[in-house]
Amino acid sequence: MSAILPPAAGGSAAPDDPAIDTGRGAGLWRNAFVRLRRNPQAIVGAVIIGLFLLVALLAPILAPYGGNDLPGRTEITPTTIPGPGELDGFPLGLDRFGGDVLSKLIWGAQASLLIGVVSTALGLAGGMLLGVLAGGFGGWVDNLIMRFVDILLSVPNLLLAVSIAAVLGQSAYAIMIAIGVSQIPIFARLLRSTMLSQRGADYILAAQTLGLSRRTITMSHLLPNSMGPVIVQATLTLATAVIDAAALSFLGLGGGLPQTAEWGRMLTYAQAELAVAPQLAFLPGACIAITALGFTLLGESLREALDPKTRTK
Amino acid sequence: MLRVIGKRIALLIPTLFGLSILLFLWVRSLPGGPATALLGEKATPEAIARVNELYGFDRPLIAQYFTYIGKLLQGDFGVSINTGRPVLEEFATRFPATLELTIIALIFAIGVGVPLGYLAARHYGRLVDHGSVVLSLIGITVPVFFLAFILKYLFAIQWSLLPPDGRQNPRINATHYTDFYVLDGLLTGEYDAAWDAFLHLILPGLALGTIPLAIIVRITRASVLEVQNADFVRTARAKGLMERTIRGSFILRNAMLPVVTTIGLQLGLLISGAVLTETVFAFNGIGRFLRDAIFGLDYPVLQGFIIFIAIFYALINLVVDLSYSVIDPRVRVQ
Repeated sequence: MSAILPPAAGGSAAPDDPAIDTGRGAGLWRNAFVRLRRNPQAIVGAVIIGLFLLVALLAPILAPYGGNDLPGRTEITPTTIPGPGELDGFPLGLDRFGGDVLSKLIWGAQASLLIGVVSTALGLAGGMLLGVLAGGFGGWVDNLIMRFVDILLSVPNLLLAVSIAAVLGQSAYAIMIAIGVSQIPIFARLLRSTMLSQRGADYILAAQTLGLSRRTITMSHLLPNSMGPVIVQATLTLATAVIDAAALSFLGLGGGLPQTAEWGRMLTYAQAELAVAPQLAFLPGACIAITALGFTLLGESLREALDPKTRTK
Repeated sequence: MLRVIGKRIALLIPTLFGLSILLFLWVRSLPGGPATALLGEKATPEAIARVNELYGFDRPLIAQYFTYIGKLLQGDFGVSINTGRPVLEEFATRFPATLELTIIALIFAIGVGVPLGYLAARHYGRLVDHGSVVLSLIGITVPVFFLAFILKYLFAIQWSLLPPDGRQNPRINATHYTDFYVLDGLLTGEYDAAWDAFLHLILPGLALGTIPLAIIVRITRASVLEVQNADFVRTARAKGLMERTIRGSFILRNAMLPVVTTIGLQLGLLISGAVLTETVFAFNGIGRFLRDAIFGLDYPVLQGFIIFIAIFYALINLVVDLSYSVIDPRVRVQ
């Protein structure tokens, strides 16, 4: 399915629009990118993600203290936790361990984005492998793989991740793998169904008539043409991965020291002090929500940009 | 109809069979093996050897699996490590609490979500529409446990309007028959107890309900948008039918099919959400019990619960499929 708009197509379609190149070389992805750039929703999403990425990458420079440091240990008493602005050198205050909240939020960005990206990459790789096998081979391979995927889908996502984390022990790696594996069924299903819908297309028939091998057809024709929905899903999944990662650490499956700089973990320990120090819950919570919002906005705009139904508007 | 139900239940069997194998292997792959999982990490080698012999963990895997599946088929889900009581019994006492919470959450989500999605579609591009889109975005991106924190802080701590945790004020001496606290209060005529239990449900219900709410708003909006310009709606208008009839019996009814499907699919998310919500509100349901099970690696509980949920999930989806033919008579159940 090509994105090239019919050059002479009348009506309200885009030929008059200089931003959309209708000539040679205007591919699906290039047009989608042009559309994305003009969508304010996509820009907001991209800016949010860009900012958090920058903070995560520059954490060693930006953060006043290390992620697990407790610079304010002496300032904490059983009854007082200095809040934002109450103490010089700690602009967002301290937490119950004596950690600097600002530094922990910055290091937390690194931890959350890393978990989100690695786990989604894992889920994507696993799901694509199963999806390509199922969609490419069909028959009993397809049947077997899809029954397996059905079984995984019958367990709620978070519980699946929890069960996997239980086997692997409590660590950040366990959370990455757990979330990644729990995403496999979604990607596998999606890729398989798009591939199946493409299998009857004329260009596949043409490739078969040319005598190309099944592997070439699957890998160089079927797969690239089925990637659109998968990429959209991956962007949206990044949002869920960040939230799920926070949820698993919130439940206490992250391992490591209790004061580890991780947004979900910060929420766990904010629970007891909710009445006296609500900012300890609100700041990391807002960070999780805003990151998820960024990925969601980006994913949705990408879906719109790639959707042939909205493309001619 | 009966044949359809029978067929669907028969289709469930291979899935459950596969799931039981996976769960069986899962427990065997826990760090230290099942005996350590039973006894805890500080168990002595002698104790482990004794448990291995007692439970037959030293026998071949195949033999162990058949014992396990045999017990499962008789409804024996094992004994909880944390509480020492049968897993099924633990579920039976806690499930009503979670079901009560889920029902409140769903009533809220459907009661607000469907009208809002409908209004958004009718006033496409106006303020209501934009508002609904923003609301559903918030619902998708704000983690449920964080939302629970915000609600608890504002309504229970700051303004003291609603109780912060628990299922019922312990000072109320309520009689319990069914473990559905609101229903119990209504049945026994202890209306103050029922009211108190209901107040305890509001905050967790709101928090949990925003997950399906966001998705219901979106699907309803998209579905109504698609249906409201359909040919049959134009025909109905041309026939001179009352606007109310057109909206109710033509647009809304036809737009409901994808909404119902979505509500069914949300159930898995709701269960995961319940684990988190019940933790924040110290609500003594299945979710909180599971959290303790996760912490204490109470594997018989986790194992039993996953099977239980898989069956429950499949049954809900069956009900959803069957409801199609009620909503849209053109859909014949096959």
